[in-house]
Amino acid sequence: MSVGNGGSAGHLAVRDLSIHFPTDDGLVRAVDGLSFTLERGKTLGIVGESGSGKSVTSLGILGLHKGGHARISGEIWLDGEELVSASADAVRKLRGKKMAMIFQDPLSAMHPYYTVGHQIVEAYRIHNQVSKAAARRHAIDMLGRVGIPEPAQRVDNYPHEFSGGMRQRAMIAMALSCDPELLIADEPTTALDVTVQAQILDLMRDLQREFDSALIIITHDLGVVAELSDDILVMYGGKCIEYGTADDVFYRPEHPYTWGLLGSMPRLDRAPTERLLPIKGSPPSLINVPPGCAFHPRCPYEERTEGRASTEVPGLLETEGGHLVRCHLPREERRAIWENDVKPMLETT
Amino acid sequence: MTTYIIRRLIGAVIMLLIVSMVTFAIFFLVPRLAGATPESLASRYAGRTATAETQKLIADRLGFNDPLVVQYGRFVKGLVAGSEFDTGASIEQCPAPCFGYSYITQQPVWPDLVDRSRVTLSLAVGAAAIWVFAGVAAGVVSALRRGSFFDRAAMGIALAGVSLPVFFTGMISLVFFSYSLGLTAPGGTYVDFTVNPAQWAYSLILPWITLAFLFAAGYARLTRAGMLETMNEDYVRTARAKGLPERTVVVKHGLRGALTPIVTIFGLDFGLLLGGAVLTESTFSLNGLGKYAIDAITNNDLPKVMGVTLLAAVFVVVANLIVDLLYAVVDPRVRLS
Ligand SMILES: Nc1ncnc2c1ncn2[C@@H]1O[C@H](COP(=O)(O)OP(=O)(O)O)[C@@H](O)[C@H]1O
Ligand code: SF4
Ligand SMILES: [Mg+2]
Repeated sequence: MSVGNGGSAGHLAVRDLSIHFPTDDGLVRAVDGLSFTLERGKTLGIVGESGSGKSVTSLGILGLHKGGHARISGEIWLDGEELVSASADAVRKLRGKKMAMIFQDPLSAMHPYYTVGHQIVEAYRIHNQVSKAAARRHAIDMLGRVGIPEPAQRVDNYPHEFSGGMRQRAMIAMALSCDPELLIADEPTTALDVTVQAQILDLMRDLQREFDSALIIITHDLGVVAELSDDILVMYGGKCIEYGTADDVFYRPEHPYTWGLLGSMPRLDRAPTERLLPIKGSPPSLINVPPGCAFHPRCPYEERTEGRASTEVPGLLETEGGHLVRCHLPREERRAIWENDVKPMLETT
Repeated sequence: MTTYIIRRLIGAVIMLLIVSMVTFAIFFLVPRLAGATPESLASRYAGRTATAETQKLIADRLGFNDPLVVQYGRFVKGLVAGSEFDTGASIEQCPAPCFGYSYITQQPVWPDLVDRSRVTLSLAVGAAAIWVFAGVAAGVVSALRRGSFFDRAAMGIALAGVSLPVFFTGMISLVFFSYSLGLTAPGGTYVDFTVNPAQWAYSLILPWITLAFLFAAGYARLTRAGMLETMNEDYVRTARAKGLPERTVVVKHGLRGALTPIVTIFGLDFGLLLGGAVLTESTFSLNGLGKYAIDAITNNDLPKVMGVTLLAAVFVVVANLIVDLLYAVVDPRVRLS
């Protein structure tokens, strides 16, 4: 494992990460040249429609992008260690200890044949030389901290004896059991009831403060990241198309796709089916990503870029103070569209 | 959980009752359909030289003229409490479980059954240990290296294993390993475990491997299919995300998830096998239950046939019961329902 100053730019630094899968149908460019940094105690939200490469990104960071033929390139620096070039065994030893993950469906993510406590104990003991009894006390303590009532009894329950929300709490307890520096939550609330979603998000915010870890929260729901994130990265077709602080992306978004996401956010004052500005069409297949700007077949402003949108890949360029946008439209024009057309539409009720 | 066990136990007892009734009915009816009379049945005990008068008397004393239900009741009572046979010349005490007397040897059937069971049980236990270990191991490796040379070779051998009959593989291996190379014991050798465990294993190793080859194939395929499924489960990804070594991920999480069908099939196979591995026992001239059954059928020795049949049924039912209980051990979700 190479140790260098590459990590100094942030606790987690991802540089030009690409993960491609050769398949019978062609090369799947699931992640294509992704870069971002994240400090301990901060939260990054990664947003995009399904199929945009979010899960592959998170699995790639943990070294779990499966499929023996996956091609991964770029750099992932975690606390001064580079993971892409590190041996599989070295990365395995960091998994669960320095970086941990929470998955979308807590029922299928837990082994049905082992008790919740056993699964937490297992996660803890693999990285800590402690007795079973001590590990069990730790598991009970963790279950209590994630808000499970009567943890000393519940520790011996099986996953199917927990409710959906409790299972996700138990998953969080398992992920945090070794006090990781980086926690990745991949759609942690998507499989849960709406009422439970808010509780889980609150819990994650509290625990992140308590554990002071870096948190990546992945979702297709901008509402989720709005509450939690310091920074937001919007993904489309395996690439980052907008990246900035939460304020940048929410109050000064400059990419037409981000506008579309904001417009299609479910709102409490409206029926769930009714969206303000739905994005037409569907996300691209990552085998045949459209040439030029990947979003151009769906973009309402495509003709304003004089044909460049379908031929030339727009660069991810800084618009102001670290706010990056991947679009051919001139900055002034984007701002004008946002201020004059899109924002007023989103604000009308 | 307790109600689950009780339910299964009651089910097993009912199953055994039904099996014994059906068996009894068949063995009661078959000779009569073939033209046997109570007197000719009695002659089996009295000897063919007995007069028609004596035969009639013995038939009466043995109850061959009673209705089916009464005879069945007497049969069950014999199984549970033992019974007495009045053959005219003397009164025989047949202790429980009484399966009656052989037509040919006039010896009680039950001690024979116990004796033969030792051989069959030895054969089954050793073979099962080999086939479970080899089959599951081959299945796991095949699944993990799907499409590799090992996978194709193992699955090819597995196909041969299920399609080649035991008397063929058994004869070939006897000729080769025993008679040519002298590595293993010749056919017909059996040393009881209590006499000498090492000799016991030596005398049975070839039949074990031959029988295991037949079964291992199915277990390899079953394990491979199960592992291909479970290794793609989310919980296996979680196990990896914890940082567990791959070996733990595969065995503790992947294989554990694929265990249920293997346990089921194993219980059924093992139970059936205990009733007599007919072909293997014949091929290797082992005096187990299977060979006992064949001899009994050849000689038309009804009490023996019936004894073996019932005992085999008991093995299958008990094996099923154990599988049901193991289910609850393997899959905690069963315990609640
Ligand atoms: N092992 C793999 N082999 C081939 N394609 C894959 C593999 N894993 C993911 N993909 C593809 O990568 C794309 C991105 O998937 P994913 O990261 O799961 O999207 P998201 O999480 O944003 O919904 C999908 O089109 C998916 O089919
Ligand atoms: S580059 Fe053109 S097509 Fe792509 S998002 Fe910008 S305006 Fe739309
Ligand atoms: Mg996903």
